[in-house]
Amino acid sequence: MARQTRRVVITGTGTVTPFGLGISALWSALCEGKSSIGPCRTFDFSGFPTPFVAQIADELFDVKAVVPKSHRKATKVMSRDIELAVGAATEAINHAKIITKSHEQESVTIPPGRFGCHIGAGLIAAEENELTGALASARGADGKFDIGRWGSEGIKNLTPLWMLKYLPNMLACHVTIIHDCQGPSNTITCAEASSLLSIGESMRVIGRGDADACISGGAESKTNLMGMMRQHYAKRLAATTPGEDPTRVVRPYAPDAKGCVPGEGGGLLVLEAMDAAAARGAVPLAELAGFGASQSFCPDTLGVDPEADGQGIVDAIEAALADAGMSPDAIDAIIPFGMGVTLVDAAERAAIHTVFGARAAQIPIITLTPAIGNCGAGNGAIAAAVAVRCLTEQRLPARINTVGAVGLDANACVTRAAKLNAILVFTPSLGGQNAAAIIRSIA
Amino acid sequence: MSAPRNTDLPRIVVTGTGWVTPLGHDIEGVWKRLLNAESGMAPIKRFDARTFPTTFAAEVTDYDVAGFVKDVKVHATAGLNSQFALGSASQAWKQAGFDVVPPRNPRRVGLYLGAGEGVLDVENYVGSNIDAWDPAANAVDGVKWAKAALGRMTPAREIEQEPNMPLAHLAREFNLRGPAYNCLTACAASTQAIGEAFSILRRGDADVMMAGGTHTMIHLFGVTGFNRLTALSERKDDPAEASRPFSLDRGGFVMGEGSGMIILETLEHADARGATPLAEITGYGSSCDAYRITDIQPDGRGAAVAMDAALVQAGIDPRAHDAQGRPPIQYISAHGTGTKENDSIETRAVKRVFGDIAKEIPMSSIKSMMGHLIAAAGSVEFITCVLAIRDGIVPPTRNLTTPDPELDLDYVPNTARRVPVDVCISNNFGFGGQNDSLVVRRFVR
Repeated sequence: MARQTRRVVITGTGTVTPFGLGISALWSALCEGKSSIGPCRTFDFSGFPTPFVAQIADELFDVKAVVPKSHRKATKVMSRDIELAVGAATEAINHAKIITKSHEQESVTIPPGRFGCHIGAGLIAAEENELTGALASARGADGKFDIGRWGSEGIKNLTPLWMLKYLPNMLACHVTIIHDCQGPSNTITCAEASSLLSIGESMRVIGRGDADACISGGAESKTNLMGMMRQHYAKRLAATTPGEDPTRVVRPYAPDAKGCVPGEGGGLLVLEAMDAAAARGAVPLAELAGFGASQSFCPDTLGVDPEADGQGIVDAIEAALADAGMSPDAIDAIIPFGMGVTLVDAAERAAIHTVFGARAAQIPIITLTPAIGNCGAGNGAIAAAVAVRCLTEQRLPARINTVGAVGLDANACVTRAAKLNAILVFTPSLGGQNAAAIIRSIA
Repeated sequence: MSAPRNTDLPRIVVTGTGWVTPLGHDIEGVWKRLLNAESGMAPIKRFDARTFPTTFAAEVTDYDVAGFVKDVKVHATAGLNSQFALGSASQAWKQAGFDVVPPRNPRRVGLYLGAGEGVLDVENYVGSNIDAWDPAANAVDGVKWAKAALGRMTPAREIEQEPNMPLAHLAREFNLRGPAYNCLTACAASTQAIGEAFSILRRGDADVMMAGGTHTMIHLFGVTGFNRLTALSERKDDPAEASRPFSLDRGGFVMGEGSGMIILETLEHADARGATPLAEITGYGSSCDAYRITDIQPDGRGAAVAMDAALVQAGIDPRAHDAQGRPPIQYISAHGTGTKENDSIETRAVKRVFGDIAKEIPMSSIKSMMGHLIAAAGSVEFITCVLAIRDGIVPPTRNLTTPDPELDLDYVPNTARRVPVDVCISNNFGFGGQNDSLVVRRFVR
């Protein structure tokens, strides 16, 4: 039996998505039924089954604008994934009205030693132009890569700190330096489940008394050549035809669902012990009421195809419900991963039916991938930030693209006001890890 | 505002250990080689590194995963990191007795790894990039790249690079369905994984956890990356002399590779099935430097905070001798990478924590013999602590020939030492600022 620990609340949410910086930009777009999916801006992806991605335009996000002056030089060694985490963290901190080292003021809100940081990350892709430029300098007379030349000369064409852009824990490294978080810090790397697992770990760290607050979530960019390639090879990519409307490609739970597209985004929450938040006079946005994690037994070893009955997802959801001391009847809406890949959708649907029984088809599903694609390690935390906003607005965003969803309330519809007390967020992952969290209104 | 510590938390014991290392693939053989101060370093065979600034490493040799798994076909696509993990996990599983009587409820058996990413398909990746390079634009042509890459790269090889793939292989092999995590906090990863697995058990979210790490960065981009950071030893003489933790003439670490895995369970669960506890974990501390991207906080603050937190949790006063007049802990498994910076700062941190008693505590680095297993380093070093307790002997720091006047602790130079050990601390610090410490002690009922 799990032990009673300190209750944990959410006091800030920060997102960077293709709709720009901040949860409000994302929320408005979701309510208006917009999709950010379109052609890739950095590479011509027309050699892949689809040229479409969900990418953040430069004019909507510039990391230099969100870091303190003292950290501006360090933006040179930030991969895209790091930029997203740094942007989301700053948003979350400001949303929580927390003063950190980044504000360059006399005192800070959270003692640095009591401030933790858990940021999920993906397999960060190297910047192809930078790396290939260096690799190309080590070609032999035959035009092919010559490893001997690389070792002796070519490697000097890479900046000395090159590797530090790509270590997954550098997301947390930059964020902890900027905000001076000296408490427990971890980097969970379980594909799409990474950020919810991170949120769960922050909850446990606060619960057991090892921190009073944590910056928690994840970020990833898959809108690059290797991201595209791996999504294709993992059977996650939608194939499209020339002239097809990119905004209509991703259709979770639809009978004609055909896959997803790579996205990029970051989501970070500020989690605090309820007692610590009350002590500083913060007004919590919502409570993180329960968390659960599990591993699926997938038909293939790598977990490319999910467990058909979604049992692992069921286990994670049931653990989260038990942790929150809630019955399935108390859940008012669900944000699953909903990536629009038929087998993954089917596993999620099966799990929802197992847990919620006769109510399964009546619970509103909130779908995000038609708008922002697959943001990898960013997914679960972006979903959690949306769940918080649903609770504070008492509103469900619009759904787009899906027609004829069977067995779930997931068809396209406009935004509507709704009485919402508790929202379930869950993500399965490539590889079979599952995480579920329950986010509840402050009573 | 820390919450009151609960003293009636469940006790967590180690019931299985296993490793795959550059010094071998079985617990006793490797342990013997460590105690003999043998080195696993040699010129790199995995790829042609002859022109690189560093040409040697400690590679795992003569290893075949087929000897460790039920059906090797299930793991046909496994990358090296997953292959290493399957070998170490299968040893640990067996030692715990789960090969004979598997856990009753797989949903109460979780998995927490600090596993590194898989190895890039270097040949086809580099080939695709070069094929698609447009020198006039100084850029990769996306359409050409897609054509080249789709023709050359293979799905399993790409997917196997995801850092959670060792989890997938182990979950599959041992039917683990409880909470499953992979963390990747550079060189601290597997210590953090063991610490978090311990915390999951203490909280009651599982009965058994498999925990550890696996990693190899002995590949073109791994050596490139660390060489550019000037973190690796670039010595030109015998590779066996290259890893020199705490020696004045140390010049960087030597890359190793491999995996360490342990089985942790609640004492209640171990007792119920009649398992033999090998050791007990009593403390885990974690902190973050939050200092600089490239440097460790120079006075060892972050490392000291992690050690202090682990000791507090274990109920150990670092400034007081134990009832027998010994230091409060009798062995420190050092991070001890052999870089100038790490070894100096780690020494400072240990002194910060233990004060005058620091000099009485044997502290050694097995990285001097098997190299730095990066994400997996903490897992094999933790197992070394379990063995030091069992046998009353601590492994040496090889190649400590020239004392550094600023480093004045007892680093157990060159020769293993017989000393009764009941309590150890195992430290690891990651690039990026994460610090983790575990307190492991002799199991006494």
